[in-house]
Amino acid sequence: MSELSGGRSEQEVMAGSVDVIKLSPAYDVQAIRFRYQSRESDASRWILDDLSFAVHAGEVLGIVGPNGSGKTSLLKVLARLLRPVQGRIDVFGRELAAMTQQEIACAVGVVQQDTQQLFPFTVAETVLMGRFPHRPRGRWTSGFGWESREDVAIAEEAMMRVDIVHLAHRAVTDLSGGERQRAMIARALAQTPKVLLLDEPTAFLDLQHQVDICSVLVRLKEERCLTVVLVSHDLNLVSQYCDRILLLDQGRVVRIGCPEEVIRPETLETVYRCRVLVDRHPQTGLPRVTLPRHNPAAGM
Amino acid sequence: MTVQSSACAGVLPSESGRVVAKSGIMAQGAILTNTRWMATLAILALTAIAASVVCLHFGAQPIAYAEIVRALVDTLSRKEINDGTSDVATTILLHVRLPRMLLGFLVGCSLATVGVALQALLRNPLADPYVLGVSSGAALGAAVGVLLGAGTTFLAETALPAYGFAGGLLALVVVYRMAASDEQLPIHSLLLTGVILNAIFSALIMFITSILEPNRSYGMMAWLMGTLTAPTYGGLAGLAVYLLIGLLLLFSQMRVLNILALGEDSARTLGIDTEKAKRFIFILAALLTGAVVSVSGMIGFVGMVVPHAVRLVTGADHRLLLPASALVGGTFLMGADTIARTLISPAEIPVGIITALAGGPFFVYLLLWRKDRLA
Repeated sequence: MSELSGGRSEQEVMAGSVDVIKLSPAYDVQAIRFRYQSRESDASRWILDDLSFAVHAGEVLGIVGPNGSGKTSLLKVLARLLRPVQGRIDVFGRELAAMTQQEIACAVGVVQQDTQQLFPFTVAETVLMGRFPHRPRGRWTSGFGWESREDVAIAEEAMMRVDIVHLAHRAVTDLSGGERQRAMIARALAQTPKVLLLDEPTAFLDLQHQVDICSVLVRLKEERCLTVVLVSHDLNLVSQYCDRILLLDQGRVVRIGCPEEVIRPETLETVYRCRVLVDRHPQTGLPRVTLPRHNPAAGM
Repeated sequence: MTVQSSACAGVLPSESGRVVAKSGIMAQGAILTNTRWMATLAILALTAIAASVVCLHFGAQPIAYAEIVRALVDTLSRKEINDGTSDVATTILLHVRLPRMLLGFLVGCSLATVGVALQALLRNPLADPYVLGVSSGAALGAAVGVLLGAGTTFLAETALPAYGFAGGLLALVVVYRMAASDEQLPIHSLLLTGVILNAIFSALIMFITSILEPNRSYGMMAWLMGTLTAPTYGGLAGLAVYLLIGLLLLFSQMRVLNILALGEDSARTLGIDTEKAKRFIFILAALLTGAVVSVSGMIGFVGMVVPHAVRLVTGADHRLLLPASALVGGTFLMGADTIARTLISPAEIPVGIITALAGGPFFVYLLLWRKDRLA
């Protein structure tokens, strides 16, 4: 197990392996611990246990791990939807806990897992709500008023990026899961954030739109230096599109590094308690995970 | 990978320059525009004015439309209310029907607006101050006020809205605690909370009614059923100022309501301090409900039926939904009160009975046949 606790030294490992530009990190997470307060049954269990890592500006970081490993909780802590019990998080050099909700919303966009919509806002209206954090501050009328032309232009651009322009006047309540997911991504893009946090962004998408969304994220990273943190179950997708991967198990960092360092059979087998085959993607040469056929005769 | 541009270090470049050619995507009714906003509200305002003339016409004695218009124009041009020295019809019009109609409009406005706000806040299209028990909380507060020495003439008693506010706030705190305890409260739990609150508050109100002297308890019963009585212009003006301030403050939250309607987590990721925003809107809702209930008793379902109907036409954007619901709510209650005044004239039905008979079946319809949409 000693080789699995190498999360600390990842910075040094990284320096040689991928040519990520060194800037002030998008996220600097220092020794955070988190647990839910209300659940009496397992009150002693830390959902996130002494996590420390950095997210570099302009990288795509994938968070993977088995069910219940704390992936979604970690994402919510990064979005300050949950507050850590201990530790400190800095976003672009500023302490997250000390920022106002509006300041966070201007810097961090969040796409959560399937969010049910109750009210028949149109897709365009929903995406435009992403401009809300950029409204003029500090006036008592700031809850009132219209979006500017620039707001509309940015929302349109966001809708084009995720291919939902044709849905502009449909009600979000009438969309399919995948369409709604793309609308939510567009809303987060309309926030023009510096960091985008996504929880299972491809969960409801068909193959074409999975590829499209991932390509959009990579393009945004390259064009605008957007930092992306995404939680996913799909190890292959993460391997193909992420610069680095954070492997989480029982609230701890098992390993963080480039795909070749994390997507290894021995590492995955320890964490997922299941045999896996890892080979190379024919095009990119990046690691690819397959499950072996269950073979009782071989004792697997 | 190539070295990134300087955009990495600082603010993202603005995109306003590059999208000029693409405008027009949003044109076909996809978003609320200034034109649609103005047009919708202008139509609704004109409808309200037309409806008010019709409402003034009906009564124990119909008053000719020409006479209504003449009396109104006359009053407006002289900028003072006729002091009752002229003919009977004008006196009835200006001192009975007009103030009562204006009261009905204000009450309807407030109830519909509070309904819209509660629906967005609780993310529940069935929320309504009456259904959730906020109205009966306010009624209990007002009843306690009556017990503690206020008269039965509710409009004349300036302290009653404060009692109503306290009672309404008590009910809202319970609803709020319920709603805050989970991600999103299942619709039936919320309705059950309302049922229980209504039962408890009704029991207490009945207890208070039973220990009052018979003549006062009769007045209280009539008031509880939801009645509009012609107020004095002084009382009406006081109430109007109070309600309009509350309504304006609520209107200042229209964009916030849009975001809150998306759900708590989404609202926070879009930069809203949800606890603060919710508290502010809940307090406004309790203030408005408290004031309305203390003058007109428990008039139910206006806050649910009206926003539903309006949302079908205007869409969900609260910047239009809220003022449009206010206008339609006012018009609706004006009309309902006219029916209440005239249906078995010269006797009157409490207007709360009319709105309950209109709103109750609609509520059942939503609950039974639109269940999929509400779950």
